[in-house]
Amino acid sequence: MTTTSRIQLKSALETLWRSRRDDEVVITTMGSAREWMTLGEPHALDFILVPSAMGHGTSIGLGLALAQPDKRVIVCSGDGSLLMNLGSLASIVAANVPNLAVIVFDNGVYEVTGQQPTANADFCAVARACGFDSVHPFTDSTSWSNGARSALDAKGPTFVSLNVEPVIGGTAPHSPGPTAARAKRFMEALRR
Amino acid sequence: MRIFNDSDPLAGRTGSYTLPPSQTRQAAQVFSGDQIASLLSEVGVTHVITVPDSTIGRWEPAIEQSGRIRLVRVCREGEAWQVAAGLYLGGATPLVMIQCTGLFESGDAIRNALHDWKVPVFSIVGYRSYLDQAKLPGDTCLVFTEPILDAWKIDYRLITSPSELHVIRDHFLSCRDAGKPGAALIGE
Repeated sequence: MTTTSRIQLKSALETLWRSRRDDEVVITTMGSAREWMTLGEPHALDFILVPSAMGHGTSIGLGLALAQPDKRVIVCSGDGSLLMNLGSLASIVAANVPNLAVIVFDNGVYEVTGQQPTANADFCAVARACGFDSVHPFTDSTSWSNGARSALDAKGPTFVSLNVEPVIGGTAPHSPGPTAARAKRFMEALRR
Repeated sequence: MRIFNDSDPLAGRTGSYTLPPSQTRQAAQVFSGDQIASLLSEVGVTHVITVPDSTIGRWEPAIEQSGRIRLVRVCREGEAWQVAAGLYLGGATPLVMIQCTGLFESGDAIRNALHDWKVPVFSIVGYRSYLDQAKLPGDTCLVFTEPILDAWKIDYRLITSPSELHVIRDHFLSCRDAGKPGAALIGE
């Protein structure tokens, strides 16, 4: 996989930040959480999944999408995380959640542990094979910037793959605060 | 190359973990699917997230037909706890239904959902070989299931007879009121 045309992670997240509607839930983990928290004031419907379990952002997103069918849930996952919970893609399709979008930020490495390579997988092909009908690969920042909103608006479940550049020296994100209090605030925001 | 020779794995059971007399009754006969579906509806469960085994899997049709509970099938048990966490955060009342073998693979998901995020998920866990010790003699599920539930700080009740359906209900309600995770461990 060449690195020459990859999107900068922060740029990719800035596009999502600008595209995100006010009633949409955004779940971030690992590198995406680290960078998302630098973009501005947190949104009430941000769920910074720090600390996390092994690649389970997609599973929490599935639960949220089932519980909140009127809200779109956007899960930001890394390729390493997704590989740890690849079966969740099949579970998502089986659950038939039109309001769930999974975005994989594919940088080809386990970034926060020191850039060790991940197994090379064609995630869009995997998503299609699991039954996703709405699959959107983006390999450059212009096409992502132009196509983000229409991809997210497609009837889901939706799968988006972004070919992103690893962040050299990128570390695991710091928790933005006590988990129980954050979970409570998030639940209250969902009820409003 | 040496093979670990543990001629009596059940000798690893210690302390308060006691085995029943060897029996061949199956838990599928302990509770019917209708009984479980009715109980879960009564206590307000909205979603059952499950990977089946040969006992609890037989309850699925009744749960689906209840019309009040959505069955969510996942591929692996670790997923189940995190789907349940998302459901709980979203305002639903989920319940995880898996076998103890799936409990063993669920560790990091349990740690994160139940303890990092303090999500009080209740579960029904099938306890393989507890009642029928003839099918898999020396099944190490009998060694590890209860210590692992204790290690993960999941307050559980061991259920082994048809007269104990109310124990599941009472424990579910007690855990819900206390805002803590809990489990009903169903002998199989």
